[in-house]
This record gives sequence, C-alpha cells and structure tokens, in this order.
Amino acid sequence: MADVLPAERLAASGLLTWSWLLIALPLAGAAVLLLGGRRTDRWGHLLGTATVVASFLIGLLCTFQLAGLEERSAGVDLFTFISAGSLDVRAGLLYDPLSAIFVLLITGVGSLIHIYSIGYMAHDPGRRRFFAYLNLFIAAMLLLVLGNSFVALYVGWEGVGLASYLLIAFWYTRPAAATAAKKAFVMNRVGDVGLALAIFLMFSQLGTTSFEGVFGGVGSLAGGTVTAMGLLLLLGACGKSGQFPLQAWLPDAMEGPTPVSALIHAATMVTAGVYLIARSAPIYDLTETARTVVMCIGALTLLIGAIAGCAYDDIKKVLAYSTVSQIGYMFLAVGLGPVGYVAGLAHLLAHGFFKAGLFLGAGSVMHAMNDQVDMRRYGGLWNKLPVTFVTFGLGYLALIGFPFLSGYWTKDAIVEATFDRGDTLGYALGGIAVLAAGLTAFYMTRLMFMTFFGRRRWEEGVHPHEAPSVMTLPMVVLAIGSVGAGFALVQAFPLSDWLEPVFGEPEEAEHVIAPLTIGAVLVAVMVIGAFLAWLFVGRREVPVTAPVRVSPVTRAARKALYADTINESLFMRPGQWLTRALVFFDNRGVDGAVNGLAATLGGSSSRLGRTQTGFVRTYALGMLGGAVLVAGALLAVTAG
Amino acid sequence: MTLSWYLVLAAILFTIGAVGVLVRRNAIVVFMCIELMLNSVNLTLVTFARAGGTVDGQIMAFFVMVVAAAEVVVGLAIIMSIYRTRRSASVDDANLLKY
Repeated sequence: MADVLPAERLAASGLLTWSWLLIALPLAGAAVLLLGGRRTDRWGHLLGTATVVASFLIGLLCTFQLAGLEERSAGVDLFTFISAGSLDVRAGLLYDPLSAIFVLLITGVGSLIHIYSIGYMAHDPGRRRFFAYLNLFIAAMLLLVLGNSFVALYVGWEGVGLASYLLIAFWYTRPAAATAAKKAFVMNRVGDVGLALAIFLMFSQLGTTSFEGVFGGVGSLAGGTVTAMGLLLLLGACGKSGQFPLQAWLPDAMEGPTPVSALIHAATMVTAGVYLIARSAPIYDLTETARTVVMCIGALTLLIGAIAGCAYDDIKKVLAYSTVSQIGYMFLAVGLGPVGYVAGLAHLLAHGFFKAGLFLGAGSVMHAMNDQVDMRRYGGLWNKLPVTFVTFGLGYLALIGFPFLSGYWTKDAIVEATFDRGDTLGYALGGIAVLAAGLTAFYMTRLMFMTFFGRRRWEEGVHPHEAPSVMTLPMVVLAIGSVGAGFALVQAFPLSDWLEPVFGEPEEAEHVIAPLTIGAVLVAVMVIGAFLAWLFVGRREVPVTAPVRVSPVTRAARKALYADTINESLFMRPGQWLTRALVFFDNRGVDGAVNGLAATLGGSSSRLGRTQTGFVRTYALGMLGGAVLVAGALLAVTAG
Repeated sequence: MTLSWYLVLAAILFTIGAVGVLVRRNAIVVFMCIELMLNSVNLTLVTFARAGGTVDGQIMAFFVMVVAAAEVVVGLAIIMSIYRTRRSASVDDANLLKY
C-alpha cells in the first residue's frame, strides 16, 4: 500500500517548495570540495561557509512563510525512493514547526561554526577536507530533521554518523583520534540496529514508514508492539545522543577538531536522539512503559555525566560529559510525555547556543595555549583572553542555571515538569535532576577557576593571545544567544505556542511544588555547587599533575564510573573470546575436515599408485589371475 | 585314441606359454610364449571341432591365426622400435608407464 502523502493534503507552496535546497546546497558544497581536489584549496572554506549561510537564510524565509500558514505544516514530495512490492517509500520533506526549529538551530549554529572554523583551521593543511565534511554533516543533519518518513530520517541518521566518524578521525594520523572514531562508529551502530529494527517493525505491522502513516496507524496496534517500537527507537536515540549505556563514545569523540565538538558533539547531532523521541511523540504517548524507561535513562545519564565531569582535567572532556549530562535532562523531559516535550526542546535549543559557545571558547583557549587541553596547565587567562573570558563566562552562567539566563529558564521548566508527576518516581527523578544541577555548577565552576583564574601554570614558551575576530565574532553571537535564548523561548515567544501544531495545546499543569520554590531550590543548589568548587579548587593552589592519592569516588569518576571497563568486560572481551573460539573452530574444525579429507584421498591415491610398477609381467599376472578367477567362477556356477 | 590327450597337450602348452610370459625378460621370448598360448587354444578348438563333428571350431582357429598374424606384425614393430631407442629387448627396461 502506498504511503499516504502529507504532500497531498498539505502541499507546500511558494518558497517552501524549494526547501529541498536547504539540503542540496551544503551537499553540493561537499561534492565540489571533495571532487574538486586541490584546485579548491584556496577558496574551498569560503564556498563551504557560503552554502551553509545560504541554507540558513532559506531556512529563515521558509520559517517565516510557515508561520503565516494556517495549518503550519508543509510537505514537499520529491521522488520515489524505494518501490518494491508493498513497500513504497517516497522521498519527501516535512516542514513543520518541529523541523523548523531544528533547521534554524543546525544552519544557524552551523553557519557560526563554519565562520569560526575559517580562523581555527586557517593553518591546517586539510582545511578543504574539513569544510567538505562539515558541509556533508549539515546536509545529512538537515535530511534527518526534514525527512517525512522514518526511512528518510534513517538515511540522514546514518549520514551524520558517517560525517561524525570522518570528523572525529579528521587528524587520522593520531592513533587516539582513529581509535576514538572507530569507537564512536561501533557504538553508534549498536544504537542504529535499534532504530532499524523499529522501522522494520513499523513496516511489518503498519505497511508504511511515513510519519503520517505510522502515527495514524499506531493506535490500532497491540500495546506490546508499541512498547517494543518505543524501546527500539530509544536504543537508537541512546546511541546517537550518548545516553546510558552507550555514552562512552562521546567524550572520546573530543579527539576531533574543536569546531566539530561544538557543532556535532554538542549542539546538533547528539540531540538527534531527542528529536527522534519528540518526533515519535504519538508512539510514546501510547506506551507508558517506554516513556518511563526514557525518563530513567535520562536521569541516570545526567547523573553519570555530571559525576564524571567533576573529575576530568581535559577541558573538552569536561564539556563533553556536561553535554552527556545536559542531553540526559532533555531525555528526562521528553520522557515525561506531553508536558515535557516543549521543555526538553527548549533546553535543547538553549543548550545548542551555550554549549556551542563554550566549546568555541575552549577552542579559543586551546588555540592560545598551543593546543594544550589539560586545565592544570591553564590558569590566570582572564586578562589575556578577554573576549573569550566574557563569552565563555556567559555560556558558563547559562549552563549552570544562573538566574534569568538561558539554562535557568529551560532547566527550571524540566525540573518543574518532573516534580509535577506527583508520584514517587517524579520525586526521585526530580531529586536527581536537582542534585545534578548542583554538580553541574561544581564542575563548571571548577573549570572556570582552573582555566581563567589562579596562578598561571602555563608550559614554557606559551604566549596566549586573543583569537582573530573571525573566531571571536561567532563566540559573541553565541554568547548573546546563551543569555537571551532561554528567556525568549520560555517567556517572550513561548516555544509551546510555536510547537502547538505538533504536540497539541499545552495543558495547564497542576503544580505539586510551587514553581517559585523549585526555582529557589535550583538557585540555592547552584550556589552551593559553585561555592564548593571555590572551596576545593578556587581558593587552593592547583597542582600541575593530578593527585594520585584520591578517594575511591574520585578514582571512579576519573574513570567515568568505569563505563569503558564495564563495556570491555561485558561486551568486548566476550566478543573477542567468541571470535577466537570461532577462528579456532574454523581453522581446526571446518578447515580440518576439508583438509583432512583431501589429505586422506591424496595419501591413499599415492599409496595405491605404488602398485603400478610399469613391469609388463605384473599386468600379465593380473590378467591371468583374473582369467583364472572368471573361469573358476564359471565352473563353480555350472557345476553347482 | 581319445581326445583327452590332445586337451592335456593343449593345457601343457598353454601353461608353458603362460609361465614363459610371466618369467621371461626377453621381449622376443615373451612374444613366442604368447604365440604358444594362442596355438594351444587353437589345438583345443580343433580338438573339440573334431569331437563334435562340426567345422565351427576349425573356422574359429583360422580367425585366431589371422589375428595372431596381425598381432605379430604390430608387436614385432613395437619391439623393434623399443630396441632401437633403448638398445635392449628386455621388457623390464620398458617400464616408464607407471605412477
């Protein structure tokens, strides 16, 4: 049966019919840069940046047009992608409020990071390749959020996985980068299996993979099937978004260039899991079990990320664990169901701003410190890198939830919605969220103290200098976003109104705890966390090498709560044993049987061949013997 | 006189021929032993023809002689060519066709 095309009902008109250009432009940029070779070295970065900026402008215009539409949803039917038997997948785009906010986030932050990269990668011999991969990523990510079916989403999903792999391994001559890329790729595949199975399940149960078809038919399915679908989608989301138990690849992915960490591993790609769950809201609305699992995984991950973030000395890894933790908040929010989707997405957008800004700031610091990432080698940078300090500081305040900055509004909404459940689970998860907010304040304040304040612990020959304006400008823009995004999304132009066509009318929640109390508690916890950071780190001398004699808790946190150890002992080693056993069986068992048979036949034939002496009389004797035997047999028969 | 004496003679001749083929090395002698075996068979055929009072066996004997003559032509030619190449008429020297 053919998919019911949204395009037939709500065909796009005007500029929205050209929304495929959003994807096509960066894709063409990537193709030109990759196929053009060295000829494009001189202007490749400019072309790469221009395509993304153009995409951003088209996205803006499309969104304005969308805002004017009555239905606020536009489908663009492109071509038949797969037509085989009863499977008919049309390649089409769906431009609705949910896609629109992602398009603006991806192309907006993407443009800024492209501009930043012009400065950051100025002296890298592989700059053209870098921009080609970045463009490829933007194109794949836009396909992911714009596709109108799960298959289109999956194509984009794999595309961003590929781009992420290529960019983590951008400096592929470094063994650490190559290993990290492989790790990211393998762990993402684990998640992708879940997503693929979910799509198979949709096709086998509903005969369609388009959003409209699936969401329209999901109500008629058995509860168990819907729950299975939800859990499989969640597995896919966990893989892409670095959620427990697949979180270990994200911090290692920091081996890639810093703009990549900012764009892919903080602002956009890793939030694809949140998009997937929000997009699949009609499925999750029907399955309480899957939603509870989403919430619990989110809460668990945000705690793990926050604890691990407290112990690392590598500035990018701290930010990476912070990302893991913040995406945990988003998962917690979207797991809450209708009350949480908007809160989760608002946090996602705000996080996109401040975390991208923080990563760009970290990149600027590394740029100034000869690519040093160890915070124990920083210190006292605030007056050497004033622009970086101010923009990073604003991102920091937004992240820890300083009142009236982005993180305050969005995190507050999530915690509020969690407590509003009113049951034990709600209190438990809300408690975790509040605790993690304190930890966030602790590790980020620690990072600030170690990087910008205290004694200068620089290595010999390091002369920090502020980055060129092509790098500072995006940081300033993102810092403005960090300050204002939360207020804009929650108070000024509520995201819930904009997303109303997707998630329905925002329902008035019954507050179990007054929002004011929650806000006050969050601020108090934040202040305590920051104070503790000052107590333990800020007022003391930071040793240049990490102390060895530490408590078991610190030791565990430094190992990211043994996530790698657990993965290795639970999956990697048994896998290796299995492989070795299979290789042994193949060599000895299968090969042994085949080779043994051949050797037996060969040996016996050569042994039998010895009887052929070549002497005439041997053959004559044989003939005589045979004749005698025949004669004897004849005699015996006739006589008998 | 009985026919069995002829048959006994034929058997003795055949045995001598067979043993000769098996034990002698000289190709010419082996060849002659084969002729001896053929002729012992001829003798048997003729004997039985006589006993039966028909000419079938005698005709058969003629066929055997014709075949034997043809065989002698081919066989002697082979022996000649072997002798030319190997300077020997021993059958043990012509043992190339083996494993």
